[in-house]
Amino acid sequence: MLNFILRRLALIVPTVIGISLCAFFFVRVLPGDPILAMAGQHGVSPERYEILREQFGYNLPIWQQYFNYLGNVLQGNFGVSLSTKRPVLTEFMTLFPATVELALVAMLFAVLVGIPAGIFAAVKRGSWFDQLTMGVALTGYSMPIFWWGLLLIIFFSGYLGWTPVSGRIALTFFLRPITGFMLIDTILYGNWAAFVSALRHLILPAIVLGTIPLAVIARQTRSAMLEVLGEDYVRTARAKGLSPKRVVNVHALRNALIPVITTIGLQIGLLLGGAILTETIFSWPGIGKWMIDSISKRDYVVVQSGLLLIALIVMAVNLIVDVLYAVINPRIRVK
Amino acid sequence: MSELQATPAPAPVPAKTDISAGLREFWHYFSVNRGAVLGLVVFTLLVLVAIFAPLIAPHSPDQQYRDALLVPPMWDALGDPRFILGTDPVGRDILSRLIHGARYSLFIGLFVVVGALIVGVILGVLAGYFGGWVDAMIMRVMDIILAFPSLLLALVLVAILGPGLFNAMVAIAIVLQPHFARLVRAAVMAEKSREYVTAAKLSGASHLRLMLVTILPNCLGPLIVQATLSFSNAILDAAALGFLGMGAQPPTPEWGTMLASAREFILRAPWVVTFPGLAILITVLAINLIGDGMRDALDPKLKRS
Repeated sequence: MLNFILRRLALIVPTVIGISLCAFFFVRVLPGDPILAMAGQHGVSPERYEILREQFGYNLPIWQQYFNYLGNVLQGNFGVSLSTKRPVLTEFMTLFPATVELALVAMLFAVLVGIPAGIFAAVKRGSWFDQLTMGVALTGYSMPIFWWGLLLIIFFSGYLGWTPVSGRIALTFFLRPITGFMLIDTILYGNWAAFVSALRHLILPAIVLGTIPLAVIARQTRSAMLEVLGEDYVRTARAKGLSPKRVVNVHALRNALIPVITTIGLQIGLLLGGAILTETIFSWPGIGKWMIDSISKRDYVVVQSGLLLIALIVMAVNLIVDVLYAVINPRIRVK
Repeated sequence: MSELQATPAPAPVPAKTDISAGLREFWHYFSVNRGAVLGLVVFTLLVLVAIFAPLIAPHSPDQQYRDALLVPPMWDALGDPRFILGTDPVGRDILSRLIHGARYSLFIGLFVVVGALIVGVILGVLAGYFGGWVDAMIMRVMDIILAFPSLLLALVLVAILGPGLFNAMVAIAIVLQPHFARLVRAAVMAEKSREYVTAAKLSGASHLRLMLVTILPNCLGPLIVQATLSFSNAILDAAALGFLGMGAQPPTPEWGTMLASAREFILRAPWVVTFPGLAILITVLAINLIGDGMRDALDPKLKRS
């Protein structure tokens, strides 16, 4: 097992170096000058410009800038945002929990609805329930989620007035973050009204972000289940006279869930991408919106380090999924 | 879905691959899938709408009717029969803009898929055929591209290249192309050691001929399915970039861009938001239905069961 993890880690090293190179050089070729961007509308005198250039190391040869950057990153210094003048890592750490909370609730929604729907569809293969579920799943999979979010806002916020349009919690509540997860923090403070407010803010974005994973999980569960239900050992279990319920829940489900778990893991990386759209629509203060805002503000430092951090997180998640997969499915380890 | 239907046993596969027989067999399996056929019909209609857009559209997509701002759809009490789906904030006919928008979406899909396909196939064939350090180099680069969330990477690429429809298409093609490369590489590696390849090699076929003429045609099945799925992804991603203001720029009647400029009116005039999104959904859904049908028809494992 340890061997497997080490091998996977060794494979990742060149990719990580490549990612850091990409993040660094992408941002270097962005049009516009970082120092002018920093100076904003007021502009900057030529002398001051030179001083700043030197101060930020933009006068050095590009490869040297890269190594300086890499050295800083390895010490946990991801630079200082040009627009807010705060360390990028600090900003990231304050915003990241919002995205994680949103993504986790979205994934929970997708799993809790998607897996049972997929199982029922497979067991009742060909029934109207199966056809309906798969039709809805394919529609969800084809959904432009930015539009889906707007539709839900029109209906639930505009027409019914049930949910707020944007943000994480009503502005009347001010809670100093403990964990950064609004749902948990409000419980820790024992503030029930705040918890309800946070939940009402969270529900639409989570549904929007969870829609595509839900569709993928439902489809994947159904097809994995169908495959397993055709296996010999399931037939044997049936022939032994076990109840259909037991055959499905114990014999089939366990084996069918292995590929589904991988799918769920891979969806987590995609969720971070989907978060960009969802957070923009609902003004959710997470890293997706942060990146979009930084790109339009031409905040080089944030775009560069944000790209790097996000890619590293996606890779870490994929690695964990791989390892978990090897834990539950020993066949993969031998390869 | 429809595998249960009692169809007569298919004719045995001919020993020599015959293109028309192959197509007939494909159609046999594709046509039993009602969803796929429906998708194909809708898609064909969309293509026709796109081609004949100027003839079909009741108004010019850019014509602003100053006396008819934000008119609701025809069936609404306040609707105007001139504007079937209503008008947008500057008085343009939404239906006409949607009809012209079909041109953009289909062109985006086509451009991105062809671009990603060409680059991906070349890289994948090279990696799979030569193996060794060529393979390692190419696949590491693909890993790097895949490590970024695709929409984020596309956004940054567009920011570098400058916002606009063409650059958005290039960015999306770059982001989608590793999927093709991986697929082709795996298929080439599987085929490379088969006997017919060895036979061709022994009879003196060049590398280029082995790669493109001998091996590649045998990897087509999964590639076609991937191309279909990428087509819908490209349309979705381009609409998303347009929505974020990084794709096609106003006043282009691109569906995502239309949504972006309609956003502030969502509560006052829901129809300006509803229809462009519906157009995207229908197009993507039709293509995905076709993709599902193709996968089922081309997957030999499902076929014989």
